[in-house]
Amino acid sequence: MSSTPLTTTAVGPATEEGDSALRAGRFARALVGFGKMPWLTKCCSLWLIIVVLAAVLADVIPGLPDPNYQGFIFGEAKTNDGPSASHWLGTDNVSRDILSRLIYGARVSLIFSISGVCIGVFVGCVLGSISGFLQGFADSALMSFVDVMLSFPALVGLLFVSTMLESRGLATLCLITAIFIWPRFTRVGRAAALSVAGQDFVTAAKAIGTSRRRILVREILPNVFPAVLAFGLVSMAILVILESTLSFLGLGVEIPTASWGGMIAQARQDLLINVWPLIWPSVTLVFTVYSFNNIVDWLRERVAVRSAAL
Amino acid sequence: MSKMIAGRLTRLVLTLLVVSFVTFVGVNVLPGDAINALIPIEAQQDQEFVEQVREEWGLNDPMIVRYGRWLGDAVQGDLGDSIVTGQPVTDEITHRLPITLEIMFVAIGLSLLLAIPIGLLSAYREGRRPDRVISGVAQVGLSMPIFVTGLILIYVFALKLHWFPATGWNRLSNGIGPNLKTVALPALSLAITEVAVYTRVLRSDVITTLKENYILSARAKGLTDRYILFRHGLRPSLLTLVTVVGLSVGTLIGGTLVVEYLFAIPGLGKRIFSAIYQRDFMMVQGITILITAFYVVINTVVDLAYMVVDPRIRRTS
Repeated sequence: MSSTPLTTTAVGPATEEGDSALRAGRFARALVGFGKMPWLTKCCSLWLIIVVLAAVLADVIPGLPDPNYQGFIFGEAKTNDGPSASHWLGTDNVSRDILSRLIYGARVSLIFSISGVCIGVFVGCVLGSISGFLQGFADSALMSFVDVMLSFPALVGLLFVSTMLESRGLATLCLITAIFIWPRFTRVGRAAALSVAGQDFVTAAKAIGTSRRRILVREILPNVFPAVLAFGLVSMAILVILESTLSFLGLGVEIPTASWGGMIAQARQDLLINVWPLIWPSVTLVFTVYSFNNIVDWLRERVAVRSAAL
Repeated sequence: MSKMIAGRLTRLVLTLLVVSFVTFVGVNVLPGDAINALIPIEAQQDQEFVEQVREEWGLNDPMIVRYGRWLGDAVQGDLGDSIVTGQPVTDEITHRLPITLEIMFVAIGLSLLLAIPIGLLSAYREGRRPDRVISGVAQVGLSMPIFVTGLILIYVFALKLHWFPATGWNRLSNGIGPNLKTVALPALSLAITEVAVYTRVLRSDVITTLKENYILSARAKGLTDRYILFRHGLRPSLLTLVTVVGLSVGTLIGGTLVVEYLFAIPGLGKRIFSAIYQRDFMMVQGITILITAFYVVINTVVDLAYMVVDPRIRRTS
């Protein structure tokens, strides 16, 4: 399943620098191999680039209407309007511009998933490395705790915490999500650390009397990082879905901040009158998630082929 | 073997203890005083009355005492009373649990029914057109959030074609036909993602199996492809499939929650949702524990079944 680390199978060559450099290099090469992508994966990467650019540049795109501006109040726009020159994708049931809301929604979605992944990767690397390298009591205690956390259905927990909170800013949402995703990352990190800790260059470092802290920082961490990062990429898709689900249930960022899930929830009310406000965010959401999945699959295949060839 | 089972069971109990404690602390530490659920804000002017109610519900005792009390009752099968309706939590659970379970099991059954032939076909035609089409569709299926799938199904099959109701629930006691009509769309929304997951797992598993020597010898014996595929190819993968189904219960629980919200089905998910809103901590506590217990028990059973079926795991661990 998706929790298997992707890059831990390779057997390290003689020197430690060589090994980690090789891993990092392989990972980087796999990432930038744009020319070798199948056309569909190319489309997916292009789409993601567009989404990222739109999210970053949302404020400076010329002519983009305010996502919360309700034109019909001033007689400037109609509700549930079809595409027009001023509203490229039409308007929703309170006459806000759909395109603009999609673009600002991308921002929420990306900030949520990227910060979730960053926290996960950081915690996973640090705790996983320590746990997998030191082993012993701390390791088994931490892992039992991780097991407990994983046996808690994440969505239930998230709903629980986010309803209890009085304010739901994006930052709070990211933090409470981190509570529920770090255990998986830690597990991946530990598995990678375990396999690294058994390799010859670690034994060699121990033999020449390197301190444990130094081994941890110089040998274990750099080798655990790629595996955890790969898992982070896999998690992007899951986090985008999670954010939209929370917003759909009304537990994501607060209304009227634009988010894809929130747009779908609102479009649901007028489903029989106008289906387009539902279609646009759904297509955007599904295609974004699909792009992440597709690219990860492509990377997985490439890395697998490469490590088999080595 | 028996030692291992004992170990797993101890861990199961420990997990439940920790989860119940964490939920308990969570409900009590997070903002939102339970007193607001008990007495309307306007009535809270009367300090003496508030104090009396607090005392009555034991809200003034230290948290650890209250947890101990709750736990003592819980092991005897009493999860307390809802602080909003006053009804026993257990009653509410037994009333709603069948609905949630039915959706989940129909979804799993439907997924397996679809995933097994699709996965086998995909593996049998590895790399050819049917396989490429199936893999592509599965990837799209994996990318669909449940509420999007559900809305599409509602739009097409309920609002346009009028084949199924868009919302609501008919209990099994109202007849099997009406019941199946209400369970169809929710279960299908859940199943679409699951089919994609199961198909992928099955495909890669069967592809490995088909490269084994015994498949070659079965071919040499002149057995038909269909026979080989179902009798020799599928069987070793069933174990993997069982594990994946066990693991997917966690996601399914979350999914059922969304589906119950979307289709307005009076199951456990819908109830925990409203209970959280109402700060009904007894209800939240009870349902969370039940859901977690369900999930942990299923995973333990899957693990144990694995050990029973595959002697290699027994020996190595």
